[in-house]
Amino acid sequence: MSVRDENIIEVEGLTKAFGDFKAVNEISFVVKRGEIFGFLGANGAGKTTAMKMLIGISTPTSGKAKVAGFDVFTSAEDIKKNIGYMSQKFALYDDLTVRENITFFGGIYGLKRQQIKNKSNQLIEELGLEDVKNQLVGSLPLGWKQKISFSVAMLHEPKIVFLDEPTGGVDPITRRQFWEMIYKAADEGTTIFVTTHYMDEAEYCNRVSIMVNGKIEALDTPQKLKEQFKADNMNDVFLKLARG
Amino acid sequence: MNTIRYIIQKEFKQIFRNKGMLPLIFVLPLIQLIILSNAATFEIKNIKVGYVDFDHSSTSDGLMDKFTASTYFQVKDQFPSQQLANSAMLNGDIDVIITIPSHFERDLLKEQKVNLGLQINAIDGAAAGVTNFYIQQVVSTYNNAIRAELIQGNLPSEMLPKNLLTIPSFWYNETLNYKTFMVPGILVLIVTMITLFLSGMNIVREKEIGTLEQINVTPIKKHQFIIGKLFPFVLIGLLLLTIGLVISKVIFSIPINGSILLMYGYTIIYILVILGIGLFISNFTDTQQQAMFISWFFVVIFILMSGLFTPIESMPKWAQVLTDFNPIKYFVEVMRMVMLKGSSFQDILPQIIKTSIYAILMNGLAVWSYKKTV
Repeated sequence: MSVRDENIIEVEGLTKAFGDFKAVNEISFVVKRGEIFGFLGANGAGKTTAMKMLIGISTPTSGKAKVAGFDVFTSAEDIKKNIGYMSQKFALYDDLTVRENITFFGGIYGLKRQQIKNKSNQLIEELGLEDVKNQLVGSLPLGWKQKISFSVAMLHEPKIVFLDEPTGGVDPITRRQFWEMIYKAADEGTTIFVTTHYMDEAEYCNRVSIMVNGKIEALDTPQKLKEQFKADNMNDVFLKLARG
Repeated sequence: MNTIRYIIQKEFKQIFRNKGMLPLIFVLPLIQLIILSNAATFEIKNIKVGYVDFDHSSTSDGLMDKFTASTYFQVKDQFPSQQLANSAMLNGDIDVIITIPSHFERDLLKEQKVNLGLQINAIDGAAAGVTNFYIQQVVSTYNNAIRAELIQGNLPSEMLPKNLLTIPSFWYNETLNYKTFMVPGILVLIVTMITLFLSGMNIVREKEIGTLEQINVTPIKKHQFIIGKLFPFVLIGLLLLTIGLVISKVIFSIPINGSILLMYGYTIIYILVILGIGLFISNFTDTQQQAMFISWFFVVIFILMSGLFTPIESMPKWAQVLTDFNPIKYFVEVMRMVMLKGSSFQDILPQIIKTSIYAILMNGLAVWSYKKTV
């Protein structure tokens, strides 16, 4: 893994308020290039809201944030060229085939026709989708869909890829395969920003932050967090923090 | 430009893959065209007439014979008294009561003037108006016939009354065929409804299934997205128009006197207006249900205020002003003008200009209201 000493995400005092309620309350952190950054928190802690601000589809109420060198307030569209995103809800077109989905998203990311063709062939081979490439995505099992989603998010070779609970509802074998894909992408220099509820997955991350009620309560490597909270595993760390 | 092509490609695939929607888009509207064109008419036939004859003269019999002879009237009964006739009307057995007063024939001959009682069921005011007009015509025809008879022989020729005759000459729809009048209008409705509903539900559907979020994290430009969405629907609209025109020609023998090219050109601009409205609605709603309700709201107002079923000239002033903002009104005008009158580009230039401004405005709003952020 090649974590470089270069900040690819810089967040300072980032806040999102809905009326009086602060879904994200002055969070600050940096993510290094090439890092696998785990973004943990209980349901409703504000992870997804924070992520939406970083990917430029939600305007922050206050604070500062730079993603891939671009300001989230002024250059959201530039950020979008440099990131990939996979939402927690499956968001490809069920009524298009695997190949058509790849072609469509490749097309709107501005890839050339030949590039799209090569990429599709490469992805289909890597994911072992040869047999189903012309099937409608809607007919595939969830695990496969998630892998396709990830590949689509990686299609335009983004600097950072944001994964919002990518392995929710997926069987252990597929989860393992999924993390292999993540490692491979990180090896190639892509920064991974991932939220998850599986604490074994948290162990795979270079660094982990834990959000509680809109604030980041802990941020360090899994090893150091376990020492800090005198816990045997990340599960205990999470429980200690999330229960308050 | 390339980006737009990919969106168009994807939209087409989705439309033609949706086996449930495709027949709805193309078959239902044509059934509508055929049914409505035959059904929506202002002509009134089989008006049920009852009468009370207090005169029992040959003149009164002659008058009623005229009604019996007419295809528009169905003379049901002669009632011995006004009360019985009234109660028949109340029961709905008859729509019209003609009361012939006693001394009808004598007064007509002596005083040259006589009053005829006429009661019309006016629950449907418009129909009552038409009925009244028909009856007046029958009566005045009969009246003229009697006068001519009386005058012959009795008066010297120079004293013959100079009857003012109106000779109607109906232009553009010589046979006064209601289908000729209605079909272009109903074609307008079909093109409008289908394109509005499809576009109104399109973006909001992507919101519902979550794919819009995935689109919003791409660097796609807002106008690229909207143009990509518009294009397939313009084609569907034109396809509907084509099928509709063929049906009009083949089944209803509606003349197409003007330039077909002009008709298609205008239809493109018009569909852009409707699609702009649809996408605008789609951007402002969160569910397809909401979008559908709002689309219906506008469609109903647009249709009823389009001059298709009721003439705009007879609306109150404020309503007439409102109709200037009704795109359907312009489309109905243009279709009728070009199809029936053979109007040229110059003739429909005002409509073209207004519709174009409308199209730019609505699509501007559609692009503006499409927010890539939540």
